[in-house]
Amino acid sequence: METSPYIADRVAKTTCYMCACRCGIDVHIRDGKVRYINGNKDHPVNRGVLCGKGSAGIMQHYSPARLRKPLLRSGPRGSGEFREIEWEEALGIATERLARIRHTDPKKLAFFTGRDQSQSLTGWWATKFGTPNFAAHGGFCSVNMAAAGLYTVGGAFWEFGEPDWDRTKYFLLFGVAEDHDSNPIKIGLGKLKARGAKIVSVNPCRTGYNAIADEWIGIRPGTDGLFVLALIHELLRAGRVDIEYLVRYTNAHLLVIQNPGAADDGLFVRDAEGHPLCWDKSANAPARGDASTETPALSGEFEIGGRRCVPAFQLLAQRYLDESYSPDAVAEKCGVPAETIRRTAAELAHVAFEQAIELPVAWTDTAGRRHATMKGRPIAMHAMRGISAHSNGFHTCRAIHLLQVLLGTVDVPGGWRYKPPFPKPVPPGAKPAGKDGGKPDTPLSGSPLGFVTAPEDLLIGDDGKPVRIDKAYSWDAPLAAHGMMHTVIRNATRGDPYHIDTLFMYMANMAWNSSMNTAETMSMLTEKDNDGNYKIPFIIYSDAYYSETVPFADLVLPDTTYLERHDCISLLDRPISHADGPGDAIRHPVVQPDRDVRPFQSVLIDLGARLKLPGFVNEDGTAKYKDYADYIVNHERSPGIGPLAGWRGVFGEKHGRGERNPSQLQRYIENGGFWHHEFDVDQRYYKMANKSYLEAAVGMGFIAKAEPIRFELYSETLQRFRLAGQGHGAVVPPPSQRKRIEAHFDPLPIWYPPFEEAAIVERDYPLHALTQRPMHMYHSWGSQNAWLRQITSQNRLFVHHRLAAKLGFADDDWVWVESVNGRVKGQIRLVDGVEENTVWTWNAIGKRNGSWALKENAAEHTRGFLLNHAIGDLLPPDETGRRYSNSDPVTGQAAWFDLRVRIRKCMPEEAGFTSPQFKKLPLPPGISPSPSKLSFGAQFKQKVLAR
Amino acid sequence: MHPAYSVIFFTTATGAGYGLIALLGLLAAFGLVQPDLWFGFTSFGLASCLIAAGLLSSTGHLGHPERAWRAFSQWRSSWLSREGVAAVLTFVPIGLLVLGWVVLGRSGGWVAAVGILTALCAAITVSSTAMIYASLKPIAQWHSRFTLPGYLLYSATSGLVLLSAIMQAFGRPSAAWMIAAILFTLASWGWKLATWRHNDGAGMAADLNSATGLAGGTVRSVEWPHTEQNYLMKEMGFRVARKHQQKLRTIVQLAAFALPAGLLLIDLLFGGGISTLLASLAVVSQLSGLLVERWLFFAEAKHTITLYYGLA
Amino acid sequence: MTCVPATTEKSLGLVIDLDSCVGCQACVTSCKEWNTGGHMAPLTDLKPYDGGVDGVWFNRVHTYEQTTDAGSRTVHFPRSCLHCAEPACVTVCPTGASYKRESDGIVLVNEDKCIGCKLCSWACPYGAREFDTDVGVMKKCTLCVDRIYNENLPEADRVPACVAACPTSARHFGDLADPLSPVSQLVEARGGVPLMPELGYRPTNRYLPPRAKKSNAVTSGAPPLSDASPAGGFLGWVDRLLSA
Ligand SMILES: Nc1nc2c(c(=O)[nH]1)N[C@H]1C(S)=C(S)[C@@H](COP(=O)(O)OP(=O)(O)OC[C@H]3O[C@@H](n4cnc5c(=O)[nH]c(N)nc54)[C@H](O)[C@@H]3O)O[C@H]1N2
Ligand SMILES: Nc1nc2c(c(=O)[nH]1)N[C@H]1C(S)=C(S)[C@@H](COP(=O)(O)OP(=O)(O)OC[C@H]3O[C@@H](n4cnc5c(=O)[nH]c(N)nc54)[C@H](O)[C@@H]3O)O[C@H]1N2
Ligand code: SF4
Ligand code: SF4
Ligand code: SF4
Ligand code: SF4
Ligand code: SF4
Ligand SMILES: [Mo]
Repeated sequence: METSPYIADRVAKTTCYMCACRCGIDVHIRDGKVRYINGNKDHPVNRGVLCGKGSAGIMQHYSPARLRKPLLRSGPRGSGEFREIEWEEALGIATERLARIRHTDPKKLAFFTGRDQSQSLTGWWATKFGTPNFAAHGGFCSVNMAAAGLYTVGGAFWEFGEPDWDRTKYFLLFGVAEDHDSNPIKIGLGKLKARGAKIVSVNPCRTGYNAIADEWIGIRPGTDGLFVLALIHELLRAGRVDIEYLVRYTNAHLLVIQNPGAADDGLFVRDAEGHPLCWDKSANAPARGDASTETPALSGEFEIGGRRCVPAFQLLAQRYLDESYSPDAVAEKCGVPAETIRRTAAELAHVAFEQAIELPVAWTDTAGRRHATMKGRPIAMHAMRGISAHSNGFHTCRAIHLLQVLLGTVDVPGGWRYKPPFPKPVPPGAKPAGKDGGKPDTPLSGSPLGFVTAPEDLLIGDDGKPVRIDKAYSWDAPLAAHGMMHTVIRNATRGDPYHIDTLFMYMANMAWNSSMNTAETMSMLTEKDNDGNYKIPFIIYSDAYYSETVPFADLVLPDTTYLERHDCISLLDRPISHADGPGDAIRHPVVQPDRDVRPFQSVLIDLGARLKLPGFVNEDGTAKYKDYADYIVNHERSPGIGPLAGWRGVFGEKHGRGERNPSQLQRYIENGGFWHHEFDVDQRYYKMANKSYLEAAVGMGFIAKAEPIRFELYSETLQRFRLAGQGHGAVVPPPSQRKRIEAHFDPLPIWYPPFEEAAIVERDYPLHALTQRPMHMYHSWGSQNAWLRQITSQNRLFVHHRLAAKLGFADDDWVWVESVNGRVKGQIRLVDGVEENTVWTWNAIGKRNGSWALKENAAEHTRGFLLNHAIGDLLPPDETGRRYSNSDPVTGQAAWFDLRVRIRKCMPEEAGFTSPQFKKLPLPPGISPSPSKLSFGAQFKQKVLAR
Repeated sequence: MHPAYSVIFFTTATGAGYGLIALLGLLAAFGLVQPDLWFGFTSFGLASCLIAAGLLSSTGHLGHPERAWRAFSQWRSSWLSREGVAAVLTFVPIGLLVLGWVVLGRSGGWVAAVGILTALCAAITVSSTAMIYASLKPIAQWHSRFTLPGYLLYSATSGLVLLSAIMQAFGRPSAAWMIAAILFTLASWGWKLATWRHNDGAGMAADLNSATGLAGGTVRSVEWPHTEQNYLMKEMGFRVARKHQQKLRTIVQLAAFALPAGLLLIDLLFGGGISTLLASLAVVSQLSGLLVERWLFFAEAKHTITLYYGLA
Repeated sequence: MTCVPATTEKSLGLVIDLDSCVGCQACVTSCKEWNTGGHMAPLTDLKPYDGGVDGVWFNRVHTYEQTTDAGSRTVHFPRSCLHCAEPACVTVCPTGASYKRESDGIVLVNEDKCIGCKLCSWACPYGAREFDTDVGVMKKCTLCVDRIYNENLPEADRVPACVAACPTSARHFGDLADPLSPVSQLVEARGGVPLMPELGYRPTNRYLPPRAKKSNAVTSGAPPLSDASPAGGFLGWVDRLLSA
C-alpha cells in the first residue's frame, strides 16, 4: 500500500474561527478544495493541537446553509420569504436609510454585533456614525467577569488572563465548561496532570474539565459568592493572607471615611490634590496612599481633618470575619459541607504559603525596589459563566478576585497571570461617549462603550431616563461596560426608552439561542403598531449562514466563511496574547468564495465610505480604504498604533508602535498568520508594578503611563453609586430605584440570592436549570456541520438519579421543564455527576425547523430542545410593578443561569418530540436542499491513483 | 445481533438442504433405498435448490457480491472461507452421486463411497457454518458448545423431515425414517431448550469494567459518542423485547418441533390417504419454525459492543 | 492474508490516558477529517443533514460514570481499533481483505478485496470496524498508516491525526513492543491496561486508568487552619501580622 500519499498542493496558514479561541491552523488545499486542517505547531494559542470543532472546519466551510447572495424580504417579516438582489441594490438600500437616520437622529440606528472579533472596527464605525446605540454581545455573555476584573485588578478572566500552567500547583476552576480559551485551557489541564498539580472544580455539573478534576465540589448554582467569602473568612480567621502583597499592590491600606449618612461616607480620604491617603505607622502620620509607603496601617482608627477613618482592610476583615461568612453558616445554602470549605481554605493556605516558589529572576518594581527573585504563590484560579451568568455574578467574581489577591497570587509565578495588553488602570480610563444621545451628522466624541466611575458618567438624560436603547449605563445597569444586547429587541419594540428606525445586527442569532424568552422575542421582531407598521421598522442583518435570525431581517448581507476573508485579531480588541507577551493575528482568504458574498467588514467600510463617515473617506470624498485588508494595514487609531502590532515601520522592523507597513499582511502570512512578542523574563510577572514591563507596555501603546496598577479591593466607584442610592450627590437615581442601587453597590464583595430565585415561590420551582457548552459545538453554528451534529443532534436533560427516583422518573422519560417564564419539552438522562437539585442540558442544540438547511426529520428540532424558551428576559415585577431586565443590577449581565424550574413527566402521547414547535422555515432562494449523502474526500482518493 | 433475513434464510435453507443431501448420501451408500430416477431427481433437486438458494441468498447481504469468489481464498484461517470452499467441494461428490445413483442407477462400490463422502462433506459444510458463529468470542450465545451440535442436529432433523415427506410423496413410506424424523425433532427440541437455558444464563462475553479498563464498581453509559444510531448499533445492538422473545420461542417450539413431531406421529399411526399432506405440512411447519429459531439465534445474541452503549 | 503473523517487528499503537481525557472530541473529528480523504476515503455520511444521520467514524468517544466505594466519577472513553496481536477480525475474514502488517502490527483492510460480509465487525469485540454501506466495504482505523510514514509531511507531523490534535495530551503513539519506548514506559508507570483481556485478542493499545482521586501531594500536608486571633481580637491579629 501507499504510505506516502500526496496530500495537498499547498498549505495555507491562517486562524481558525470555529470558535472565539482563534487557534492557528494549517489548511491543506488540493485542487482548490480543503483537504485537511491541522493545528499550527508554532502558534502561541494552540501549539499545534486543535479541538473537536476546529478539526471539523471543512464541514463548516462547505456547509449547505451558507448564504449565497444578498436577500431582500419579499413576504411578511419572519416568513423567510426573500428575493435575491445584487450587492449594489443592497448597499443602496442600506445607505439611503442610514444616511437619513444619521442626518436626523443617529441614535435611531441600533448597531449591535455578536460574536465577531472586529469590535474595534464596528465600534469605531458606530462612533463615526454618531449613534450611542452600539455594543457587541458581551452584555449577555460575560460582562460580569470583565467588569468585576477590570474594576478590581485591571484585568479579567475571560481570555484576558491565564493560569501559570507551567508552575501552578493548585488550580481552582469555577463554573467553566469550555470557555474562550478553549485549547489553552485543555493544554494547560494536560500540563497540570503531567505535573501532578491539584485541580479543584467548583461546578454543579461534573463533565469535561470538571470530570478530570482531582476534586469536584458540586456547588448549588448561584452560591459561589458565599463559598468564596467563607474561604476568605477562614483565611482571615487564621491570618493566612499575604500582607506584604496587599500593602504593595492593593488599596487595602487606603483610609475610608466613616461618616454614616453623610455624602462622603465610605469614600477615601484624599489630600488637597486628590491623592488618597493611608496612615504611615512609622511616621505615625497620614501619607499618600498611592506612593510606596512601606509601613501603612491596615487596622486602626484615625482622624484626619476632623474625619474619622479606617483602613479599607479593616472594613474588609471585619466584614468577612463575621460569623455569617463562616463555613458552617454557608454550607447548607451552598450545598457544600462546611468541612470541605475548611479543608479547601487550609489547602489554599498551605500551598500559598508553605509551597511558595521563587524564580531566580531579578526585577524592579515601580517604587524602584530591586527584587532579587520573583516570588510566587502557586495557586491559580479561573472562572467564567458559571459565575457571570447570575444576577449576583459581578460581586461573586469580585469575591474570587479578592480571594486571589489576599493569597497574593495575581500575576506571580504559579498564579493567575495577565495577558498583555492587560493589566490596565483600575478601571480603564475611557468613559462611554454619547451622553447627548448623538447629534445629526456628527461623530461621537469617543467610543460608546467605556468605564464609568461615578453617577455623573452615566448615559442618562436630565430626567434620569436612559440614553441608550439597551439602557446600559443607566440606573438599571450603571456599569454595563459591554452594553446590553439582550434588551434591545424588547426595548425597541416597546419604545422604551424610545423607538428606533433600524436595527442593524451582525453575527448574533438573536431570534433563537442568544435571546432569552425566544418565542416572545420572535414575536416582538414581527410586532406591528396600529398602523400596521413593524414596531422595529427595519432590520439589517449580516450572517454567513441560514440561521434562525435571517428570516427576521428585511435586508440580509451575506458574509463569507472564515477561510474566505481577511480578519484581524487585534490588540485593540480581543487579542490572542499569551501571559509571556502580546500577540495578534490575521485571517486571509485561503480559498475563494463560490458565491456572491462579501466579507462583512469590507461591506461596513464600504457603507462608511458611502455614508461619507469621517475617517472612512478622504478629503475629496473618495473611499479611504479599498476593503478590510487595506484598513488593517493603513488605519491608525492613534499615531503609530493600528489594528496590527506586528511588523510595523516602513521595513517591518517595529513592533507595537510604528509607521504603517504596506507589506505587513505579507509578513503575517509568512509568519503563519500571527505575530507574537515575548517579553524579557524580568517583564513577565508582577506586571501591575513591574517597572520594566510597564515601560514596555507604554512603548507598545497598551497603557498611557508607566504607573503602578493598584487593585481595588475596596471599590470607591461602587461606593459613589451607593451614596447616590442614598440620595447624595448631583446625580441620583429616581426614588423607586434607590434601594436597589444602595443594596447592590457595596464597595466590598457581597452575596445575595439570585433575583429570579428571590422572586418566585421556591416550592413551586424547586430546581435550578443550567446549560453547558458542548466542547464540540459553537453555540448554534455547529448543527449545520455534518460531522459535529452526528456527535450531538439531540440534547438530553440531565437529572440526578436520586432526584429522578424522588420524582418517579426513569431514564429516557420525556418531561416538561417548566418555569415562571414558559416551558419546554425534552428527554431525560439520569446521571450522578450533578448537584442534586440542578438539572442541565447542552446549550443551543435545539434548532428551529428548516433553519441551518437541516431537513424535515433532523433531531435538532424533533427531539432537541432549547432551554431559552423557559428563560425570562424580564424579572417578575417588583413591589412597584416594575419589571427589570433579568440581569445583574451592576453590569446588566444577562442572568441565564438564575433559571428555576420544576419538571413534570409528559403524558404518553406527548413523548417523543419536543415542544414548542415553530412554523417550518423555507429555504431562501438560491440555497439548494442539503444532500442526502456526503462522500467528502472521495475526490482526493481517486487522485492518489491518478498521480 | 441484527437478524438479517438473507442470513436467516441462508442458514436454514442450507441446513435443510445439506441435511437432506447427507441423508441421501447415506441412503445411497448403504442401499437403504433403491436407486430411482424420479425420486433421485426430486430429492437431489430439492436439496440442491435449498443449498443453492441459501448460498445465493447469503451473497445478498454482501456489500460486493460480485467479489464473492474471493471468499474461497482464506480457508486456512476463516470459517466463512472454509464454509464456502466446503460448499463448493460438496458439489463434487453430489454430482458424482447424482450421476452414479440417480442417472446410472448404480449402488455400492464407488457410488457408495461418494455417498458417504457426500454425507461427510455436507456435515463439514454445516459444521463450518456453525463454526462461523461458534468461533466468535464477543458473542457468548454463539461462542458456546451448543452451537455446533445444534446446527448439525437441526440440519439432520430438517433433512429427515424433508426426506420423510419425499418418501411419502413417492409412495415409499418408511416407518423407520419417520420414527427417526420424530426422534430427531424431539432431540432438536430438547437441544434448543437446553441452549436457551444456557444462553439465558450466559449473559455477556465480558463486562463494561473490562471493556473500559475501569476496574471495580459499576460503570454506566451516560452519553453515546453520537446521538443517533450507527452501523455498530444497528448491526450489533439489536435487542428483542422480552415479551416478544417469549412469544417467538413458543412459536419456535410449536412450529419447528411440536407440530412436525405431532404431524409425523399422526401420519405414522393413521396416515392413510393424507399422509403426504401431513408430511408436507410437517416440512412447512418445521422450516418456518426453524426460520423463526434462526431469527432468534441472531436477535438473542449479545455482542460485547452493546456493553459500550449501555445496552447489554 | 488473513493468517496473522506470529510476531511483528513493531507493535505500533496508542496509549490513551483516561485521567486526562476531557471528552472534547478533537481526536474524533480530526480522525474523520484526515481519513475521509485518506487511505480509506471517503468516510461516508448518510443523511448528513437529516434525522437518523449515520456516518463512518474510526474513533468515537463515550462518556461513562463509574461508581465505586470511593465515590462516583465521570470518565470519557475514546474507542478505536486496538490493533490486536490476535485479531479475530483478521482471521475470520474470508477474502484476505483484512490483514495485519508484519512490519508494524497495524491491522488494515484492503478495500479492493473486501466483499462486505461484515464478519470481521462481528468478530471485533471492541466495535472498531465500521461498514460503509454506500460503498459496501468494511473500513477501520488505519493507525494513520498514511501519515506516520508519509514523506510529504514534516517529520514532526508523522503521528496519527488523533494524537496530533489531542489538546490535553491524553493520546500517545508509539511502539508498544519496545519496552524502552516512551509509550511502554508510560504504560508501565501508570499501570496501563488492555481492554477485555479475557477474550484473548491481546490488544496493542493500552488505556491508562484514571488516577485515584486521593488528596494530592501538594495539599496532603495541609494542616487545618487555626484561629489567629484568640487574644486581642481582630486588631491584635492584624498588628501581629504587620509586625511579623
Ligand atoms: N440558554 C443559554 N443561552 C445562551 C447562553 C447560555 O449559556 N445558555 N450563552 C449566551 C452567550 S455567552 C452567548 S455569547 C450567546 C451566543 O449566541 P450568538 O451570539 O447568537 O452565537 P451563535 O449561535 O454563534 O450565532 C451567531 C451567528 O453568527 C453567525 N455566523 C457564524 N459565522 C459567521 C461569519 O463568519 N460571519 C457572519 N456574518 N455571521 C456568522 C451564525 O450563523 C449565527 O447566526 O448565547 C447566549 N445564549
Ligand atoms: N465549544 C464551545 N466553546 C465556547 C463556546 C461554545 O459555544 N462552544 N462559547 C464561547 C462563549 S461565547 C463563552 S461566553 C464561553 C463560556 O464558557 P463557559 O464559561 O465554560 O460557559 P458554559 O458552558 O456556559 O459553562 C458554564 C459552567 O458553569 C457551570 N455553572 C452554572 N452555574 C454555576 C454556578 O452557580 N456556580 C458554578 N461554580 N458553576 C456554575 C455550568 O455547570 C457550566 O459548567 O465559551 C466560549 N467557548
Ligand atoms: S478552539 Fe477549536 S474551534 Fe476554537 S479556534 Fe481553536 S481550533 Fe478553532
Ligand atoms: S480492535 Fe477489533 S478491529 Fe482492531 S484489531 Fe482488534 S479485533 Fe481487529
Ligand atoms: S467485511 Fe471485508 S474485511 Fe470484513 S471480513 Fe468481510 S471481506 Fe473481510
Ligand atoms: S490512529 Fe488515525 S485512524 Fe486511528 S483513530 Fe487515530 S486518527 Fe483515526
Ligand atoms: S482529543 Fe484527547 S481529550 Fe479530546 S476526546 Fe480525544 S483523547 Fe479525549
Ligand atoms: Mo459568550
